[in-house]
Amino acid sequence: MSLLKAEDIAVHFGGVKAVDGVSFEVEAGEVFAIIGPNGAGKSTIFNLISRIYPLTKGRIWFDGQEITGLRAHQIAPLGIARTFQNIELFDHSTVLQNLLMGRHTHRRTNFLQDILFLPKVRREEHLHRHRVEEVIEFLELEAYRNKMIAGLPYGVRKVVEIGRALALGPKLILLDEPASGLSVEESQEVAFWIEDMRREMGLTVLMVEHDMGLVTAVADRVLAVANGRPLAQGTPAEVQADPEVQAAYLGTTAEAAA
Amino acid sequence: MRIVFKTTYDRDIDIHEHWGKRGAYLALLAVMAVLPFLVGEYYLAEATNTLIWSLAGMGLMVLVGHTGQVSLGHAAFLAIGAYTDAALMTAGVPFLVSFPLAGIAAGLFGALIAIPAVRMSGIYLAIATLAVFVIVEEMVILLSPITGGVGGIFAPTIEILGISFDRYAELANLYWLVLAVVVLVTWGYANLMRSPTGRSFLAVRDSEVSARALGINVTRTRALAFGLSSGVTGLAGALMGHYIGFFNYELFSIFISINLLLVVTIGGLGFIQGAFLGAILITAVPQAIAIFRDWANASLGVDLGGIPGLDTMIFSAVLIAFIIYEPAGLYGRWLKIRTWWELFPLARKDMFRRQKSYLKTERMR
Repeated sequence: MSLLKAEDIAVHFGGVKAVDGVSFEVEAGEVFAIIGPNGAGKSTIFNLISRIYPLTKGRIWFDGQEITGLRAHQIAPLGIARTFQNIELFDHSTVLQNLLMGRHTHRRTNFLQDILFLPKVRREEHLHRHRVEEVIEFLELEAYRNKMIAGLPYGVRKVVEIGRALALGPKLILLDEPASGLSVEESQEVAFWIEDMRREMGLTVLMVEHDMGLVTAVADRVLAVANGRPLAQGTPAEVQADPEVQAAYLGTTAEAAA
Repeated sequence: MRIVFKTTYDRDIDIHEHWGKRGAYLALLAVMAVLPFLVGEYYLAEATNTLIWSLAGMGLMVLVGHTGQVSLGHAAFLAIGAYTDAALMTAGVPFLVSFPLAGIAAGLFGALIAIPAVRMSGIYLAIATLAVFVIVEEMVILLSPITGGVGGIFAPTIEILGISFDRYAELANLYWLVLAVVVLVTWGYANLMRSPTGRSFLAVRDSEVSARALGINVTRTRALAFGLSSGVTGLAGALMGHYIGFFNYELFSIFISINLLLVVTIGGLGFIQGAFLGAILITAVPQAIAIFRDWANASLGVDLGGIPGLDTMIFSAVLIAFIIYEPAGLYGRWLKIRTWWELFPLARKDMFRRQKSYLKTERMR
């Protein structure tokens, strides 16, 4: 039984078929990458999984449960965390607060207990903070703990977003272009973190990425999409060797590439 | 500058991160507590009024400053609080029961109308809340057996355990009562903002799509914020009723709503302290204008009383100035001044320059 299963999913915006007839399965503990040219529908697939867009067609299962009919805020409690391509952090809060917001699904106090700040709230805050500190240590964010997001450089924000997703304690983490806009060193760091997420935290990683170097380094399997349609699926080497993928990327025809 | 060496998570969880700050607030509280012995009746009444406005300001601050929703209808919740309290007390319910009930009534009403309203945002939400205000105003007139209709209603004198809190005979008692309520609400507010609930408010304010992805039910969170906001505003309304003594629907005009928005905007959106600074400004300016008017009349021979709407004009000018030059409000300005002194002489000119973020191009909502 695979952890995440998408069956023939499609979303059409009017006449535009952003995603059409894509199926894939992500096994527990693997790193699965979705690649494709700009506008291929990669991020849209993410938005379908996190239920931001309604599906036109198809079904999605997670951990044996169908999530097709769920609403966006019901996804995180199942153990799916995600990052955004364009960084959607809470700009007017500190790094620490952002990471603590990632603990929302684990809260066990209601607003009345919060207003009175009962001892239970403080105990819970300690537990959340402890978990968040583990994430801070893992991602080496110590220096930025009390900094406002609004003043942080791009590279750090990307890391904070990964941190916020990790703070949720997910089973599956969706990384939307974790290396875009990063320097070579920074994206190598991301590659190590993805490895560690899988090895040490036992996470399953589903990522969208343009950087083929990163994909080859960390991904077990790759799905290539173009114009919303699936092109090829397999190991990074297999997918890279696929003539259709080469055509989509390089703009050459399949015959010329072969 | 002070460097706080943190050895336990409690340091970050506590409201004040070191005893210096805590001491400053305790000193302020002590001064406030002995104020009736320091100032005369007139200024004590003004202080009471300012505290009531601060309370209402905190109510709106939860919504506008911390959850990022606008409301033009908060005068309606003041009215609901004031009328509920006055009507219950007239019916013989003691203040200790009627006062919380006034807050709960306003809060429940707020949460109820919020369920459809919070699906809107920005200008549409503003118009919806304005409509709520108009409805409540009409309801007050229609329910004349309870509210006194156009004629108005007396807020009975508060009496707790035989102690009178009469607005005129025992002003100091009323002041202390208001102060106690304000301190309690401020404490609860500060608690809220350091807890998961408060963080979910900030999350909804800054990025709805992220909030959803983290499992936050945006609609419910906004409705909760609306309910808490209108509840606190209702408490302020009840106290305002007792402070004014006799009132009708005209006390809660649309200008009160706008003044409340001024309180939170000029005070500093997103800071509890901002509600207080804004309230001080909003209650002090009319007094300052009155004093200036008298002075101009006496020494310059200019009669400014003949110019209608002078207060409103000055308020508006102040608001525009703040939006242009200091969007962070009075409290934001104070933070900058404090930081400048803490770092003296190392503060740099562009340290507080606002950074624009060009990343959020593809907002999904």
